[in-house]
Amino acid sequence: MSGLTTRRVLMPALALAASGLMLAACAQEPSASSTTAAATTAAASTAAASAASSAASAAASTAASTAASGGASASAAAALDGCSPENLTLVNPGTLTIGTDTPAYPPYFVTDDPAKQDAGDPSSGQGFESAVAYALADKLGFTKDQVTWQVVPFNSSYAPGDKTFDFDVNQISITPKRQKVVDFSDGYYTVNQAVVALADSPIASATTLAELKSAKLGAQEGTTSLDFITNTIQPTEQPFVFNDTNMAKSSLENGTIDGIVVDLPTAYYITAAQIPNSKIVGQFKAQAGGEQFGLLFQKGNPLVTCVNKALAALKSSGELQQIQDQWLAGAAAPYFTE
Amino acid sequence: MTITTPAPGSPVAYKDPVRQALARRRARRDAFVGMASLVGFVVVVAFLVSRTPGWPAVQETFFNGQEFVDTFPGLLQAFLLNVKIFLIAEPIILVFSLIIALVRTLRAPIFLPLRVLATIYVDVFRGVPTILVILLLGFGIPALRLQGVPTNPVVWGTTALILSYSAYVAEVFRAGIGSIHPSQRMAARSLGLSTFQTDRYVVLPQAIRNVVPPLLNDFISLEKDTALVSVLGPIEVLRQAQIDASSTFNYTAYVGAALIFIALTIPMTRFADWVQARMSKRQRAGAVA
Repeated sequence: MSGLTTRRVLMPALALAASGLMLAACAQEPSASSTTAAATTAAASTAAASAASSAASAAASTAASTAASGGASASAAAALDGCSPENLTLVNPGTLTIGTDTPAYPPYFVTDDPAKQDAGDPSSGQGFESAVAYALADKLGFTKDQVTWQVVPFNSSYAPGDKTFDFDVNQISITPKRQKVVDFSDGYYTVNQAVVALADSPIASATTLAELKSAKLGAQEGTTSLDFITNTIQPTEQPFVFNDTNMAKSSLENGTIDGIVVDLPTAYYITAAQIPNSKIVGQFKAQAGGEQFGLLFQKGNPLVTCVNKALAALKSSGELQQIQDQWLAGAAAPYFTE
Repeated sequence: MTITTPAPGSPVAYKDPVRQALARRRARRDAFVGMASLVGFVVVVAFLVSRTPGWPAVQETFFNGQEFVDTFPGLLQAFLLNVKIFLIAEPIILVFSLIIALVRTLRAPIFLPLRVLATIYVDVFRGVPTILVILLLGFGIPALRLQGVPTNPVVWGTTALILSYSAYVAEVFRAGIGSIHPSQRMAARSLGLSTFQTDRYVVLPQAIRNVVPPLLNDFISLEKDTALVSVLGPIEVLRQAQIDASSTFNYTAYVGAALIFIALTIPMTRFADWVQARMSKRQRAGAVA
């Protein structure tokens, strides 16, 4: 009888105590757990790397501002010293591995090959982000053949652990929260959000934010467009959230939702080429500081310094503006008023 | 120590105190060894895991306390939609699939078209991935722009789940019906019960009792698959977790969503166990071993 009691009462109690113990171990401060030699070394090297990278990025931003303030091509060339393919830290030595999601959308990625229309082709060199990536690679001293592209779904681009790409270019907006987990390059494009609707939609002629409040709005998951709906428009109806922009477009076309919020270049492309009877209802004035697209790096990747130098060189030589004019021209729409 | 011998003819069986003491000691020792082994195992695993070089990163990314506190209320709120879809879909599936199963067991030649239809239905919807049915109905039907047809994606997502799961559950019911020995049906008929009465009072009560565990299994599965409706746009718990994860680049919200699902499926499983235990007790009541 008492043996049975021991089993019935004692065992669950001890099991509970054991799981509590495990939880306690899990909840330990990371610093407290780094008592073994391996952990200490790892922690120390991470700290060193992040210190180095922050110092380096400070240096880079100084270089960038010098270049921008009129140092022109001479200082830009000098700033790229020490940034050649041989001495860069690369995932695959000798090649620049760039990640982006699939499908890769116009106008960021453009392809003439009909067979690749659906998924997009980042290696075409056409489209804003593809052109920027190749221009950066060129500045860093890579030939076109030395650039390889990798499919990196947006949600795995920030997964912990070693990245399989040198950097990811996927219209990723730089936000302070994200910067805790990954490193970003300096911004390469300042973007506004825009609303796209069908011409016969109830919000097609909206000019103020208030007129959008009762609309059913959709956006792609993980985008600042979605944040924009929830934080700025604050509609009465919950926003509709989709895995990708294609699904958001389908729902717009089949009338499930009244409008979608996307960045302005995408809005321009959708209305011009993809959904015939749609229009850009309007765009939103950039908020303080503006929203910028940045290249995504693994936290502490020293490569970001050289890429920032190359980016600064592209900005000061006017090449970046040229690429932007070529691919994102005409992205203009009326502004919404409060 | 006095050894008491039970009176002859007494219903109490004789128990040897020495043997009993031995059994008690053994039970205590077994419990101790088992617990010591379990505790030792947990301690060793916890120690090793927390000492791996990647652990701080894993803890920060998946078990971030602050992130959890920030996102969990929103996840619970979003989970209400999953519960709603589940509660609407489940009774409809039960009724619909039972009808399908009964149609498939009809033997009269006149019902051949019905039988064929039911078979095709089960074959098609069991063979197609649930998410495909959801995408097909959710994006496809509103695109037809028919008058009076709802465009609400939740309606179509729920419909797709009902269609898909009814096919599975119908097969579970059919298996239950098949498990009832033909003699039961014959006995009922010979007592003068009609086909309907035979099904209603003899076959189904036994059949359903037999398939309660697989039914519950399918419902747990359905509860999890409500997350698939998110592809159509509504914000349910998985989508909310995804939104949280991509705004902070931290996966803790996913872990929170997983906990919510588990918190619902575990009681469902225990409930199923309890129902089954009660049923088998009733079945055996008064039985002579």
